[in-house]
Amino acid sequence: MTDAELAAVVDELEREPTGLELAMYSVMWSEHCSYKSSRSHLGRLPTEAPWVLVGPGEGAGVIDVGDGLAVAIRIESHNHPSAVEPYQGAATGVGGIIRDIFSMGARPIAVMDPLRFGPLDDPRTRYLFEGVVSGISGYGNAVGVPTVGGEVVFDECYTGNPLVNVLCLGVLPKERLVLARAEGAGNLAVLMGSSTGRDGIGGASVLASAGFVEGSETKRPSVQVGDPFEEKKLIEACLELLDAGLAIGVQDLGAAGLSCAASETAAKTGAGMDVDAARVAKREPGMNPVEVLTSESQERMLAIVTPENLDEVLVLCDRWEIRASVVGRVTDSGRFRVYDGYFDSVGVPGANPLPPLGDDPPEVSSDREPVADVPIGSLGDGPLYHRPLAPPDDLDVRQAADPARELFTRFPPGTDLSGELLDLLASPNIADKSWVWRQYDHQLFLNTVAGPGGDASVLRLKETEGRALALSVDGKGRFAALDPRVGAQLAVLEAARNVACSGARPLALVNCLNFGNPEHPEVMWQFSEAVDGMGDACRALGIPVVGGNVSFYNESHGVDIDPTPVVGVIGLIDDLVSPPPGIALREGDRIVLLGATRPELGGSEWATRHGMRDGRPPVADLAAARLLHDLVAGLATDRMVGGLHDCSDGGVAVALAEMAIAGGVGFRVAVGDARTCFSESASRVVLSVGPEQVNEVLGRASSAKVPAMVLGDAGGSDLRSDGAFSVTVEAAERAWRDAIPSIMTATSDVGY
Amino acid sequence: MSAMVGIVQFPGTNCELDVQHAVEQLGGSAKILFHTEHDLAGVDAVVVPGGFAHGDYLRTGAIARFSPVMESVAQLAAAGGPVVGICNGFQVLCEAGLLPGALQKNAGLKFLCESVDLRVESTASVLTSQARSGDVLRIPINHFEGNYVCSPETLAELRGEDRVVMRYVDNPNGSLDDIAGIRNAAGNVVGLMPHPERASDAMLGSDDGVVLLRSLLAAATKRSALLAS
Repeated sequence: MTDAELAAVVDELEREPTGLELAMYSVMWSEHCSYKSSRSHLGRLPTEAPWVLVGPGEGAGVIDVGDGLAVAIRIESHNHPSAVEPYQGAATGVGGIIRDIFSMGARPIAVMDPLRFGPLDDPRTRYLFEGVVSGISGYGNAVGVPTVGGEVVFDECYTGNPLVNVLCLGVLPKERLVLARAEGAGNLAVLMGSSTGRDGIGGASVLASAGFVEGSETKRPSVQVGDPFEEKKLIEACLELLDAGLAIGVQDLGAAGLSCAASETAAKTGAGMDVDAARVAKREPGMNPVEVLTSESQERMLAIVTPENLDEVLVLCDRWEIRASVVGRVTDSGRFRVYDGYFDSVGVPGANPLPPLGDDPPEVSSDREPVADVPIGSLGDGPLYHRPLAPPDDLDVRQAADPARELFTRFPPGTDLSGELLDLLASPNIADKSWVWRQYDHQLFLNTVAGPGGDASVLRLKETEGRALALSVDGKGRFAALDPRVGAQLAVLEAARNVACSGARPLALVNCLNFGNPEHPEVMWQFSEAVDGMGDACRALGIPVVGGNVSFYNESHGVDIDPTPVVGVIGLIDDLVSPPPGIALREGDRIVLLGATRPELGGSEWATRHGMRDGRPPVADLAAARLLHDLVAGLATDRMVGGLHDCSDGGVAVALAEMAIAGGVGFRVAVGDARTCFSESASRVVLSVGPEQVNEVLGRASSAKVPAMVLGDAGGSDLRSDGAFSVTVEAAERAWRDAIPSIMTATSDVGY
Repeated sequence: MSAMVGIVQFPGTNCELDVQHAVEQLGGSAKILFHTEHDLAGVDAVVVPGGFAHGDYLRTGAIARFSPVMESVAQLAAAGGPVVGICNGFQVLCEAGLLPGALQKNAGLKFLCESVDLRVESTASVLTSQARSGDVLRIPINHFEGNYVCSPETLAELRGEDRVVMRYVDNPNGSLDDIAGIRNAAGNVVGLMPHPERASDAMLGSDDGVVLLRSLLAAATKRSALLAS
């Protein structure tokens, strides 16, 4: 907390704050909880559409998907905890996002994880990668929510500060939608789940709101420890509570723990809340109210219940073998008051039978003064900063240094690019990621029609007549470093394009905005640009933003990460009668490329492999993208294609190779020289089309004003582009499939 | 009225609704049995489904075997009723002594979720009666502890008595003798690591598990008729 912020607290209270008050303001006004640097920008994102039931600002965004069903979706970062302790950091990231979803009354049915690390030749990166994946696997599988997809990117800018973003979605009958609200003076706040320990104290401010320097392992006590079994029981108990109408609202305890959960629920209705720290079940004796109120111990929920329902609530919790105790009371005071040993004597209705566990019964007195007493809205009403913005000094120079020229000199037309293609397929950014997702249960609930490894994950909604969801998460950090506005647009376009490839129309977007230190004007400029770019792309595609998360201070040793806005786009398929086409080439098909190819290599995987990180990112033509997405979704829905694949990292050559590997069949095409083979021009899709359907496909493309070109034919056992490359399917597959496992098995760094 | 399949739910179980869905899609009836229940009246067959019963704390299945419902499941098994343990359920049945051996961590020390090929070895079980010996079925596995082990004597017994119900074609987890599933001597208790319910619909990539679930439903119907007569 800064001196100016402290002065604002003194102004608000008209006195010096107590120790507890200071601790609460300090976490609640942290960047992580208050969005003090980002709030002034986020209002520029479009958030409305007729199907949006709940927009940004609640536990999760909620959209109407028809047939009486709604979907809750949210994404969050757990970057810093994962950098300090990868297994528990990632595990508790999964746990936290799942709680956000079921606190809305939704059953969590899917998790997706966009992950970013440094290059895998660094032993510490391998340790972090292994640990994060194990943490997601260990927690997600055991809590019983399938991890249906994600993204893994390796780039040197994330070496000291990996990014672990977690998205969760849940489904609910529309009428079960609940918002975390504490209403009605006299109602009770019941704390459910784990006891409260000294883990994660101040995590929001210590970890999430400051950058890294040497000795980050000393911050390990600020990382929480996850217990997926406890959370599984909490999911079942909370959904039963809401089904039975026993809770007015439930709120998860996340950043800033009980101080945030208890004050926020009441602040939203303008009521008040009294909390008794002594009634909180503690993990160890001697914990003081500051520790109790700011602990970020995991697997805890706060339910607001009427006194009449309390017994039933406790019985239900007992059936699921979870702790539950009354820790607070809703008041009409407009104040958030914390006591230490007060409640029994003020008549919390004779029914507070569970003594605090793990601690001696408190001495209770009605004469006690509160140890904190603040206006309830003030904790959530943190400072608002308009931080200075300035583009990075070297931006013009970097943009001017187009790698295409040098690459063209090194690889003139006629050069055999076979080795370059195999090298790209073995790049961990492009290579097969099944080493990662085989560790995730991606099939639970029998919804997963298309799992990890394709363009978008597709989940059927068994509760409906044939509806299905398509989901994709994408971020383009290298592009955003060169032009944050365009980079953010390209992330939106790629996620929406992936969703279109499964035949879905996009319904909503959530974002996780990973940036450096907001006190650097360059970072705030990147942030502001990215928000504008994202807003433009969403407006052009008609996709509302229903939620988001901002993660600042992603820096190590004073160096900021590349700006990395990550987006998750969710789309709806109205009538799924068979699995979507998928990416595989089909023997005998013709190969068609949709979209325009330009010699765009700035920020591309190929240029980066050659040590060139500068230039301009590909053009993001928003209007052309929308035409392409509509066309592609129609082609996929009408099964006009045998397979189709989004063109992204490594360009059309890599897209074709991935389709050949998936189909176990080669191709012969003509895609030009290196600049067109590996260009990452946006808004392109490769189609595998039956010969009898080619004319109709080309006709539809022409009517839709989307450029289309027949590249060649699928068949044989070689990947061949005339004058450019020729490799066997087997060699391509080996390069692609073995890359990550061979790095990870050859070098076991457990215990690094 | 069709036979009733009871599906056990411990705290931490997570495949119970999937098994119920798959059974119902095949025209069967199913209900959830909470782990505190003793009463299996009206239940003709039991499935102990996958998940992480009691968090798999201590050791997979080690706490679940003490849940009240397991006494009743043991009685049903002793009376010849069909009992099938899938994945975590297999681990629970081993811990409960209804099947021999144990499941330890996969040889690669990684959780594995992927489709594998299984060869049906014995059709003398409630889960494989409608399959043919030698059939190869593509069914997903989803486990960290699926590496079957037992004593040499037990293995000799399992082999000698045709009690290996299915084997992996390409062993993914280091299981002894490629064992994916076994049965008791009578054939009414079966445990397997793969998830037939996840291969019960072509929309999900495979319906090779249907023949197994149909076998179970047939066994349940037979028992229901037996009890009625």
